[in-house]
Amino acid sequence: MVGTAPRAFSTSMQEELASAYESSRRTAMDRRRFLLGGAGAAVAMGSAGLAVSPANATIIPQEIPDWSRYLGDGVNANPYGIPSPFEEHVVRRAVDWLTPTAESSVSFSPLQDMHGILTPNGLHFERHHGGVPEIDPGEHVLLLHGLVERPLKFSMADLLRMPAVNRIHFVECAANTGMEWRGAQLNGVQYTHGMISSSEWTGVALSTLLREAGLRDTAKWILIEGADAAALSRSLPVAKALDDCIVAYAQNGEMLRPEQGYPVRLMVPGWEGNINVKWLRRLEVGDQPWHMREETSKYTDLMPNGKARQFTWVMEAKSVITSPCPEKRLLSKGRNVIRGLAWSGAGKVSRVDVSLDGGRNWRRASLDGLVLSKSLTRFSLPWEWNGRPMLLQSRVTDESGYTQPTIGQLREVRGEWSIYHNNAIQSWHLKQDGVSENVQVG
Amino acid sequence: MFRLVKLAAVIATVTIAVTVTAMSGFAIPSPPRLGIGELATPAEIARWDIDIRPDGKGLPEGRGDVQQGDEIFAERCAYCHGDFAEGLGNYPALVGGEPKELKTDQRPEKTIGSFWPYASTLFDYIRRAMPFGDAQSLSADETYALVAFLLSMNDIIPEDSVLDAESLAAITMPNEDGFYFDPQPDVANFPCMRDCTAGLVEIVSFALILNVTPDGL
Repeated sequence: MVGTAPRAFSTSMQEELASAYESSRRTAMDRRRFLLGGAGAAVAMGSAGLAVSPANATIIPQEIPDWSRYLGDGVNANPYGIPSPFEEHVVRRAVDWLTPTAESSVSFSPLQDMHGILTPNGLHFERHHGGVPEIDPGEHVLLLHGLVERPLKFSMADLLRMPAVNRIHFVECAANTGMEWRGAQLNGVQYTHGMISSSEWTGVALSTLLREAGLRDTAKWILIEGADAAALSRSLPVAKALDDCIVAYAQNGEMLRPEQGYPVRLMVPGWEGNINVKWLRRLEVGDQPWHMREETSKYTDLMPNGKARQFTWVMEAKSVITSPCPEKRLLSKGRNVIRGLAWSGAGKVSRVDVSLDGGRNWRRASLDGLVLSKSLTRFSLPWEWNGRPMLLQSRVTDESGYTQPTIGQLREVRGEWSIYHNNAIQSWHLKQDGVSENVQVG
Repeated sequence: MFRLVKLAAVIATVTIAVTVTAMSGFAIPSPPRLGIGELATPAEIARWDIDIRPDGKGLPEGRGDVQQGDEIFAERCAYCHGDFAEGLGNYPALVGGEPKELKTDQRPEKTIGSFWPYASTLFDYIRRAMPFGDAQSLSADETYALVAFLLSMNDIIPEDSVLDAESLAAITMPNEDGFYFDPQPDVANFPCMRDCTAGLVEIVSFALILNVTPDGL
């Protein structure tokens, strides 16, 4: 009985504390809700993709703000954390008229609101051909067969007990910026360039799996196939498979999102997104390519002579200014920073230049933070905006010595109907009111 | 003595194994196998091995004709692709155009008849992904019939054709020579820094005039 009383006391104290806490929390939440209601207009506009509250307050209020006085949420209010409600405009967006259905379609990453070189998993752009399958990892099997000594089946548990690699790489859809071949079309960096994202990928080197099975001498190509309702499939050269491909089960520290291929996908660093097959279920080793629909009818580049280039895998060097941009108005004259992203499927970014006059004169920007091979790289250029209209451009050069071309240079060789691999220099027309528009220059 | 011979044989075997591993084609000596993964049986592989190559490798037994394909198409495909495979709304047209019309300043018509280089791809793609939303539900006979119908609609085979593994692999598509490998890169810029354009730069195209951006951005 000795132990019972303190326990009872303890329990009642806990209840009392809990009750007091609940009541203060309710008050705080009610106030917060009221405040959110006041800011509702800005948030609603934000979710429509337009001007969010510019967050340029400088007044120090007379009263202690509620968030400094009342208790906020306790731990685990959201067992899987979510962004602040004030960031709810930072979402993927789609263009309804592009595709017949949402199941075979794309959504774009909000580059204008992103920082650093890693894309939060919920914001990674999407491209599905048969919707997002819901796959139980306990039932998922990866089959490896064909020109191998031992055809093998791997469970997810098998993959997880193999040595892992961790690498930061971008994935870019071959059709990123594909709507801009015939002229400036979509007025926002999310739509012109948002089919690129970058993550730290964790998984087993594809070379490790191939060694387990043992490649035969005649092995030249590998069929990669997804488990989705499109059974999406591509042919991958063995040389690339042995070089740097990853059978990835995790991105940015957690298991893949369903939209990104849960429970396992292929990462083919620097190569067009479509060959980074998601929901990977099968690898078949062969001695010639299969000429799948996704590498003949689609993802080939039709040239002005009526012939199409096939197997143009590498995503060549490309860059874009993400601030200012059509979604991000410049708020004030004077000191500002031009910021953006640069990348190359051929290796590291060497330099980025920025032009304020549509490509007539250029200044060298600085590269900020990590500069990794086949990864997004940040660049910036501090500048004084005098309030006059400008034509802003960025231009990347990669470690192979390749420099990003103009849309004119690309059109001269490829015409206007090749759809894919548009890595042209992007122009933003910054106007006197600080608003930028997507334009093309001659 | 017998033991000694056996030992020598074991040593010889080990030596051969090591040599073979070292010669397996990797530039760097590969680490030993992990021994992870379970052997797949031929029956298991056959269950998933659905791919077809242009030389016909992978084509299953079965057959189908144009008339049968017409009926299956009407029931399972026409609600997206149209009664005559002409395409509805944003869903793709499966007929029309010619390879020589791909050389154009206008929007090229890229269909099975005008663009696809191999008939095998048609069988492969229908089998793995169609009908949209009910993939891998067609039998081999039904798939042969659909391929026959679509090739007939594109005037590639006669209306009385019957397709099976042998006859499908023998078909030459009109645009088979329409593809080539071309090493990248094809365009090179130069990082000029001063007076890089002939004159002042002019805007020639504005996104806002088109006004097709979602949310009226």
